[in-house]
Amino acid sequence: MNSKKLELAVGAFMVAGAITLILLAFKVSGLSYQAENSTYNITARFENIAGLGERAKVSMSGVTIGRVTNIRLDTKDYVAVVTMAIDKSVPLSTDTSASILTAGLLGEKYIGLTVGAEEETLKDGDKIEDTQSAIVLEELIGKFLFSKSAAQ
Amino acid sequence: MFEQIQSLGRTGLASAASIGRAGVFLIRGINPGRNSKAVAARIVRQMYNLGVLSLVIILVAGLFVGMVLGLQGYNILVSFGSEEALGQMVALSLLREFGPVVTALLFAGRAGSALTAEIGLMKATEQLSAMEMMGVDPMQRIIAPRLWAGFLVMPVLAAMFSLVGIWGGALVAIDMLGVYDGSYWGNMQASVVFYDDVVKGLIKSVIFGLAVTWVAVFQGHDCTPTSEGIGRATTNTVVLSSLLVLGLDFILTAVMLGGF
Repeated sequence: MNSKKLELAVGAFMVAGAITLILLAFKVSGLSYQAENSTYNITARFENIAGLGERAKVSMSGVTIGRVTNIRLDTKDYVAVVTMAIDKSVPLSTDTSASILTAGLLGEKYIGLTVGAEEETLKDGDKIEDTQSAIVLEELIGKFLFSKSAAQ
Repeated sequence: MFEQIQSLGRTGLASAASIGRAGVFLIRGINPGRNSKAVAARIVRQMYNLGVLSLVIILVAGLFVGMVLGLQGYNILVSFGSEEALGQMVALSLLREFGPVVTALLFAGRAGSALTAEIGLMKATEQLSAMEMMGVDPMQRIIAPRLWAGFLVMPVLAAMFSLVGIWGGALVAIDMLGVYDGSYWGNMQASVVFYDDVVKGLIKSVIFGLAVTWVAVFQGHDCTPTSEGIGRATTNTVVLSSLLVLGLDFILTAVMLGGF
């Protein structure tokens, strides 16, 4: 095989490798270059986030409208503070409520938002007041057993 | 009895010496020389031999591994009622483990054995000595391009293996078993992290590529220059580099899961 053809074959091979990497990045790992100003940040405080992770989905009516970008513990009140990046095209009213839900029985945790009635909308850096923590199965069972024994 | 202990000692010393020679060999063989245009041409030729010619076996193997993962994973996950998680199972196992490791094993069988046989035959027919007589350093001319080519080609092959495998898994899951394609891709994208899964897998495959080509060219260069010696060296290449890949994989996985 002459060297021209050989170089062409190796070049095609490397280009295919680069395309593979791009496909792995965008199609498989869902990496996306969202411009900084296409989302706005809102925070919500939860008593218990029970396994919610960064990059978890934020959805409304089942449609993904953002992602969790940061989770930290507020050491004053000892509650979890979750920061979410929400798509700019989705305005949320100030009385929107947030709850932590599970996709399926064993699925991942995500934040579900429920629409409110206020005219005013949340702006960058605002806080969702109305939150509902994750349901922890052990706590639920504990409460059930306690109420059973109290009733007897 | 005494003789057996003697032979044990001899074997031990011989393997220690061979490890030492391999180290010196790598340091001497890593330098491809200064004439950059000629060096690039030699590396490109070896990339063709090691990479482009291994492409078919890698792609076919990747497709079937992905399809089998899809079938097996579906059968396990369906009993938990969570067959939507199939996408992330297939993608994570391919990107983290199967991609780098199986590619390295196939690469050792397809390209590593060929490298050993080629260099061993060069040694047996005294081509290497002839080069030295002409004042051409065979380490620069023969060994270095092959080492660099193996190093460069492995991550590309591993990435292609993973991608074809994920596609094969999708083929089985979505078209054959009826998993909803939105949840296959969506769950995958939600759980695969670019740095932790894709990039770390590629780092693994770079290291495996270097290990396999190193063993292969060293075995070729170090073999007894007879037809029997070349045969033994070729076998050694496949056995040693496969074991090395699997052992290194354990260490690398432990380090990477430890938060590297």
